[in-house]
Amino acid sequence: MANLELTAEKYALLKTFIDENRSETSGLMPVLHKAQDIFGCIPIEVQKFISKELNVSVSEIYGVVTFYSRFSTEPVGDHLIGVCLGTACYVKGAQKILDELQSALKIKPEETTADGKFTLTATRCLGACGLAPVMMIDDEVYGRLTPDMVPDILSKYDKEETK
Amino acid sequence: MQYYRAHVLICGGTGCTSGKSLEIKAELEKQLVTYGIENEVKVVMTGCFGLCEAGPIMVVYPEGTFYAHVQVKDVKKIVEEHLFKGRIVKEKLYYEALDEDKVISVNEVEFYAKQKRIALSNCGVIDPENIDEYLAKDGYQALIKVLTDMKPREVIEEIKKSGLRGRGGAGFPTGLKWEFASNYEDDMKYVCCNADEGDPGAFMDRSILEGTPHSVIEAMTIAGYATGSKKGYIYIRAEYPIAVKRLEIAIKQAKDYGLLGNNILDTKFSFDIEIRLGAGAFVCGEETALIESIEGKRGMPRTKPPFPAEKGIWGKPTLINNVETFANIPAIILKGGEWFGSIGTEKSKGTKVFALGGKIKNTGLVEIPMGTTLREVIYGIGGGIPDNKKFKAVQTGGPSGGCLTAEHLDTPIDYDNLVSIGSMMGSGGMIVMDEDTCMVDIARFFLDFTCEESCGKCTPCREGTKRLKEILDKIVAGNGTIEDLDRLENLAGYIKDNALCNLGQTAPNPVISTLKFFRDEYMAHVVDKKCPTSVCKDLLQYTITDKCIGCGSCAKVCPQGCIEPLGKEINSKTKRRQYVIDQNKCIKCGACLEACPPKVKAIIRK
Repeated sequence: MANLELTAEKYALLKTFIDENRSETSGLMPVLHKAQDIFGCIPIEVQKFISKELNVSVSEIYGVVTFYSRFSTEPVGDHLIGVCLGTACYVKGAQKILDELQSALKIKPEETTADGKFTLTATRCLGACGLAPVMMIDDEVYGRLTPDMVPDILSKYDKEETK
Repeated sequence: MQYYRAHVLICGGTGCTSGKSLEIKAELEKQLVTYGIENEVKVVMTGCFGLCEAGPIMVVYPEGTFYAHVQVKDVKKIVEEHLFKGRIVKEKLYYEALDEDKVISVNEVEFYAKQKRIALSNCGVIDPENIDEYLAKDGYQALIKVLTDMKPREVIEEIKKSGLRGRGGAGFPTGLKWEFASNYEDDMKYVCCNADEGDPGAFMDRSILEGTPHSVIEAMTIAGYATGSKKGYIYIRAEYPIAVKRLEIAIKQAKDYGLLGNNILDTKFSFDIEIRLGAGAFVCGEETALIESIEGKRGMPRTKPPFPAEKGIWGKPTLINNVETFANIPAIILKGGEWFGSIGTEKSKGTKVFALGGKIKNTGLVEIPMGTTLREVIYGIGGGIPDNKKFKAVQTGGPSGGCLTAEHLDTPIDYDNLVSIGSMMGSGGMIVMDEDTCMVDIARFFLDFTCEESCGKCTPCREGTKRLKEILDKIVAGNGTIEDLDRLENLAGYIKDNALCNLGQTAPNPVISTLKFFRDEYMAHVVDKKCPTSVCKDLLQYTITDKCIGCGSCAKVCPQGCIEPLGKEINSKTKRRQYVIDQNKCIKCGACLEACPPKVKAIIRK
């Protein structure tokens, strides 16, 4: 599994953000976005921390965290692969790209590889419909994909690791 | 002020930056220095040009030379030949931008010539990260006019006169919405911009925010003045990082110029805007769910009434409009409601932006006057279907809309027409499907979407969409019956009538419209157990024909080991036989089809 480090420095970062933005109308969302950025996920420990800081019950925070797909309670892999399953990509064969990735990585969508290197997700429309079908690996967009391009793209990331 | 003899515009929209337009810009600036003409040619990064298919796009002014599919390696040549020596690089021109030897300017290319741009008028024209360029295009003039010349009531009257209706999908008259919000008295009121664009295949709002963020900020400030509000929120998807960044820059610039913040333009009016990020929940595009999300709760819709105009964010009167709706406001204020009302049809005024996608040549963003026919959009502007395939359907309105067929192609597009033929305007996604698309599979695809995005608050949507999807899964797997089609229809009607919010009420639309217009395809799935377009895997059958030469390539790759030489004997001496697939064991992976030598092509899929 990918690493999950809940260091004191990270908590301090979150605390600073909370203190700076404390107001009646700030709401929970900005804090959760920040927590997701800092920790890479929002596990129960972090939820408890936020609960104490904001005086909001853990159950409410848990409810919100699990409602939104951008927040996760478990860490994701080093590289996040998002295959766009928007309509434009879908009619242009995005499912085949996802199938190919599943068999290449031997995981299903929303899972992480055993070595913690890749997390595979099926995402909503990325808005790059002109390049359909599209996938994103971290911040890099790959467009006009065909299944046979998948192994080459993945091997790029494998090499990076061994460098 | 420095004068330049040429301006090079590079698209910085999401599509083109994915195609490395930022690197192209860097290379261009480097090459200009190499040739010593960096003081003669100005490079501008703009918002989306709209014709994403041709991306990355580069346009050179004053003449409007339209380069398409530009790559980093092409930059040197364009600089040397075009910008340095004055010879256009013909082979890199957009294919329509060259007529024999005559170069056609970008504005005369068919894709652009047939559009009318109001909301998108600055997209692909100005640098969205520079407020001066927006000001030079009459930016903030509407705000100045409103603050110095008009009473709030007059602003609302002007919007009402324009006939503008909400561009987010439902088409509620914008002027009325503003009036309602202004009528409620309270110590605090809010203006909210709904930029939670979630329809798959729709990227109008994203492109507007990326291409001309100031238009939205200006319009929200005007709305604040008209409704008596001091505070605005922009609720935007976190999946749109470029748009968020440009909004942040724009808000800061507007504040620096005194066009946002306290005492705008030294008047008594103050207005501030805060950005709130969504977190990947489609339902938050519904206005009351959006309000819940801003308040930091699960994005579940509220019961209406009370409408947001009465009790919105933090229980205060709130005006919520979509991005594109706001983007039309400055032009309406400057040119007048009557001018806007002169465009479009009787009940749908102005223009509408559509995101054209799917099986169409010119994928991209188009803005057309209301009343343009689907045919004009798909064949005229969109360039038709690639690879000479046949048009089958066009899906409008995203997961809430329906699929329209060839017989609807000559329908003029407006709110009421689309509803009357079983679809809806929606936010403006328009996905074209050709003969290779299975309509049952598409219905299942949309149901899969709404099913996952249902917030779970009301039973008809939470349970109903799931059951709908189960029936569709069954049909796609080849286990459907004719009764299932009736069940689909009944359940769809029930959900439509009983769900709490628009997401639920419209979720069955893709099923209803495909059942209505493509019933024969459903029948093929449930009666003949065949998928006419060979999309539904479980209904396919792979067979080996008489062309088989007995090489055994297929048997070697078959993961099931279910292909054996049990067919006709081809060679009596070697006893070589043709191969046969055991249909009971076949998992329809298609490996055999790919393994069969191209010269032989003995395996068919049906």
